[in-house]
Amino acid sequence: MTAMLETKNLGISFGGLKAVDGLSLKIEKGQLYGLIGPNGAGKTTAFNLLTGVYKPTMGNFFLDGEKLTGHNTIEINKKGIARTFQNIRLFNQLSVLDNVKVGLHNDYKYSTAQGIFRLPAFFRTEKEMDRKAEELLEVFDLAGEKDYLASNLPYGKQRKLEIARALATSPKLLLLDEPAAGMNPNETQELMETIRFVRDTFDMTILLIEHDMRLVSGICEEITVLNFGTVLAQGETGKVLKDPEVVKAYLGD
Amino acid sequence: MKNLNNMKKTTKQDMITYAIVLVMFLFCVVYTTTGLASNLFRGLLVPICVNVILAVSLNLTVGILGELSLGHAGFMCVGAFVGSVFSMAVQEAIPSVWIRFPLAFIVGGLAAAVIGLLVGIPVLRLRGDYLAIVTLAFGEIIKNIVNNLYLATDINGVHFAVGVEAYNNTVFDAATKKVYINGAMGITQTPNDSNYFVGFVLIFITLIVILNLVRSRTGRAIMAIRDNRIAAESVGINITKHKLIAFVISAFFAGVAGVLYGHNLSSLVATKFDYNYSIMILVFVVLGGIGSMRGSIIAAVILTALPELLRGLSDYRMLMYAIILIVMMLVNNNETMHMYVQKWFGGLNIKKWLGSAESKKKAKEGVS
Repeated sequence: MTAMLETKNLGISFGGLKAVDGLSLKIEKGQLYGLIGPNGAGKTTAFNLLTGVYKPTMGNFFLDGEKLTGHNTIEINKKGIARTFQNIRLFNQLSVLDNVKVGLHNDYKYSTAQGIFRLPAFFRTEKEMDRKAEELLEVFDLAGEKDYLASNLPYGKQRKLEIARALATSPKLLLLDEPAAGMNPNETQELMETIRFVRDTFDMTILLIEHDMRLVSGICEEITVLNFGTVLAQGETGKVLKDPEVVKAYLGD
Repeated sequence: MKNLNNMKKTTKQDMITYAIVLVMFLFCVVYTTTGLASNLFRGLLVPICVNVILAVSLNLTVGILGELSLGHAGFMCVGAFVGSVFSMAVQEAIPSVWIRFPLAFIVGGLAAAVIGLLVGIPVLRLRGDYLAIVTLAFGEIIKNIVNNLYLATDINGVHFAVGVEAYNNTVFDAATKKVYINGAMGITQTPNDSNYFVGFVLIFITLIVILNLVRSRTGRAIMAIRDNRIAAESVGINITKHKLIAFVISAFFAGVAGVLYGHNLSSLVATKFDYNYSIMILVFVVLGGIGSMRGSIIAAVILTALPELLRGLSDYRMLMYAIILIVMMLVNNNETMHMYVQKWFGGLNIKKWLGSAESKKKAKEGVS
């Protein structure tokens, strides 16, 4: 069986700086996988490589066996990788419902002309989109706020909305960039449950970057530790976190 | 009534916008047919319609797409000249104004849309200030090209020249010569087909197309790009395509407004479509509220009528105009001011009253 995501010696250098250098990992379908490392280790850069924001200067990556190296962000999203952002990026002036509906655009289509002239396809598709979006919001406990502007949501719910929007694009792999950043312990706890729930209900494969060790050790089955762009350790979460090299990278000598 | 309450909030808002335009139209009909209207008022109606269409279409670029365009008058210029030349050319072939005039709108609008597409492809790669500067330049380029354009026909066919020397060197068959565009003199015998009735029909068409666009899949994608380009890309939205759709539709309606403008007065010169005109349209959009179509309509009406209404002040006219602009801007964007207005007029509850009055009227007319 092919892995859901496989990267082979993936890397990028900006001038002389090797931001990510030879990242190889394998994520099986349905796995919750963590990518951790100190600040500046290249975690977000790795995400940007996987979503086509940057083109890798070395190595390849494969989604479900299909080579995606060199594709742009839009193509990669259509192939099945969706992401959230470290600093939340919502469509602030759109309603919560519309944020999710934008995510649904990949699957639900009608032409611009059909929209302008309000042909039957418009009403039919919009109705289906509304239903589907409301279902997703229900899962994230956001259905009550569907008419709010996204910018008016509290922080924790904005994070959830971002995940809902990413899921709306019906991805095979979900990338979460520091989902617990700026959350208090209660919110983090709730988020952990949400992430697990998403994995179970949508049968999703999830790769996440996180600093919060409680969250990482709580939900990730396997992790990769990056330091200065290179892989420091890889494997089962419990074992890796006890690795003296990893402890050294985080806490110093 | 119950049906109305079940409507989506945005649909309700759009209905109010349509209703406001309908009220304005009915007012104009009553006022002009009863003979109460002065010549000044009659003369203002078509320019108001032109400016409303311009403001609403520019709002699509500025408010919905979120890109500052300073070349809107350039697209209007293309529409005005192409539409007028078309009307003059087919005047004999299609004597019926009912067929000729709508065709002129389509031809003029499409010409502006094509120019919009050609300008948009390179320009929409830029963002923010850079885009504003380049659209400004394109507007001026269009104006200057048209200002040096000569177009005439004779028995030998169509003669086309850029620059006065080239035109003077062209040999014409004097007996059959017919001049369409005479350089800086522009077009001198455009058919005067425009009236406020056509103007209002066009306002309605513009509003329906643009509001329906905004509330559709494409419009949602355009607004998503405006709010966060990187996030829009990450959910698979094609940035270039959607930006171009918004820009081209905006240019199309600028062209339509140009055709209406060109058929209003019998002479048409390119210098009218300068930088100042573009800025004036932008002022309508900004004062009416960026992204608010209703605001654009109201601002365009008030600010077009205002300089004429202030004529009595003679020398102080533009001073007053400027002061009113500043006051409008301050009042529009001031929370404290909103609070005071609420306090003074809150008891009247104007908004609620307006809303219910309009919905009653609509229910009566069977518009839903």
